[in-house]
Amino acid sequence: MSSDVLAVTEHRRGGLRDVSYELVTAGRELADEAGGDLHLAVIGGDVEAFAEDVNRKGVDYVHTVDRGEEFNHDVYVRAVEALHAELDPAVVLMPNSVNGLDYAPAVANALDLPLVTDAVAFEWDGALAATREMYNSKVETTVEVDAEAVAVTIRGGEWPGAEGTGDAEIAPFDVEIDEDALGSRVIGFEEAGGGDVDISEADVLVSVGRGIEEEENIELVQELADALDATLSASRPIVDNGWLPKNRQVGQSGKVVTPKVYLAIGISGAVQHVAGMKGSETIVAINTDSNAPIFDIADYGIVGDLFEVVPALIDEFEG
Amino acid sequence: MMKVLVTVKEVAEVEEDFEIEGTGIADRYLEYDLNEWDDYAVEEAVQIAETGDDIEVVSVTIGPERCEETIRMALAKGVDRAIRVWDDALAETDLLDVAAKTRILRAVVEAEEPDLVFTGVQAGDDSFGATGVSLADAVGFEWAAVVNDLDVDAVLDESVARVHRELEGGVDEVTEVDLPAVLTIQTGINEPRYASLRGIRQAQRKEIAEKHLADLGLDAEAVETDVRLTEMYEPESESDATIFEGSAEETAAQLAQVLREKGVGAE
Repeated sequence: MSSDVLAVTEHRRGGLRDVSYELVTAGRELADEAGGDLHLAVIGGDVEAFAEDVNRKGVDYVHTVDRGEEFNHDVYVRAVEALHAELDPAVVLMPNSVNGLDYAPAVANALDLPLVTDAVAFEWDGALAATREMYNSKVETTVEVDAEAVAVTIRGGEWPGAEGTGDAEIAPFDVEIDEDALGSRVIGFEEAGGGDVDISEADVLVSVGRGIEEEENIELVQELADALDATLSASRPIVDNGWLPKNRQVGQSGKVVTPKVYLAIGISGAVQHVAGMKGSETIVAINTDSNAPIFDIADYGIVGDLFEVVPALIDEFEG
Repeated sequence: MMKVLVTVKEVAEVEEDFEIEGTGIADRYLEYDLNEWDDYAVEEAVQIAETGDDIEVVSVTIGPERCEETIRMALAKGVDRAIRVWDDALAETDLLDVAAKTRILRAVVEAEEPDLVFTGVQAGDDSFGATGVSLADAVGFEWAAVVNDLDVDAVLDESVARVHRELEGGVDEVTEVDLPAVLTIQTGINEPRYASLRGIRQAQRKEIAEKHLADLGLDAEAVETDVRLTEMYEPESESDATIFEGSAEETAAQLAQVLREKGVGAE
């Protein structure tokens, strides 16, 4: 086995996703600790352009697999398996994205590698020790792997994206894939949501979460939004419950918003939500739980019962 | 004849204030419930079963006797029967290792031979999000991860799972996978029902088969783990927020002032 790191980049609909550059940073960090090279895999899409683009400082090799336009998990699993057989790396690094979770566990199973997902930090000292969260970010844990080789997925946004230009060797890598053996077919894409409002255009968002408890209480936050001349948005559980339409959802699977003011009401601040609003200019949180992660990124906060605070706030603006 | 296997997990939810003991949270701060994602997976399976007479839904869980209450809830919602895997060898591990869980569930899939396997996208406690896809590869099924829409007619008529996969940024990928397949089910795909009183009564008579590792042709070695939890701690608060103090009226007044300074609510 080598001391190398193989990181698998991610692209969608013609563009590399940010996590690709973050994988370079995280991969370089591990490769330095293990004393090996950093290899990148670019699978599918405009592989030559993508390879040039991810050839950032710290990359030693880029392997391109020119196969299909978009992500297909069968192709990814076969390509990573074949690259693994060639390079025998200590670490296979993949993104903890929706597509990452569609192939990384299969790669780990096929290669008989222990798998750690959603790492937010790690170190290598002959074996991997990773930091990951549990119980909805309430605690952090250290997870140690008793093996010389491992598969890891990293959370997006935890490592800075690599910059600069590297002097990697870029070369095509041939993988034999039997077209008939592919059991999955990507047919296309659909934009979810749409509808009457574009919350990403709003200057002020009043955003409601699980703390609102009942559907009929949505009216209360709508009233606040009206009083503040703001737009109403929501965290995922509200949309899952069908209390507000999908186009109002802020977060990883909803809209990314960057308003001047974002009021998070009864929102605990799960990582998927924070990914969609952390770029807001001013963040205000109202929550009963003083330990809620939303306060970590808030500029102003009230630790209290929203059913008391929100009516008082409406009075301030309408009184 | 068609069979849907749904993996379910009882997960612990942590109260607002809690204490860590060793590498876990003290049991008195934990409340156990059916994993939120699995609730949607159960509902999706039951909805398929309701379209025909000859469709069986079986739930499988790995967990101690305590979990039976949670599994009963799945049975009350329409699952036909359940399997609970437990063993002394499992009591000593924290089962973070996806490979160990995969070996157990593979044995169950090979015994049950389902056409479809539904798992939740992830468990609310450890959030690994990997078991379903790992299992699919192990049993040679096709799969799709993070499914928020399933065309039930295509499953029944064409033996294909036509799904939407919920990508980041409000985009769905439309994908077709051949059966048999494992689908990891995302919240919001349906509206999970509440168990009816009749369902709860019926659930009392439904079978929960207890299986030990030996019953599945496995030994303790199969659940030896390469992934160990060695440390748990509360993250340092990174908050530098200005927290307003006082009654609801007082805090609202202070916040209103800040908001007005930022031009909010100005005509």
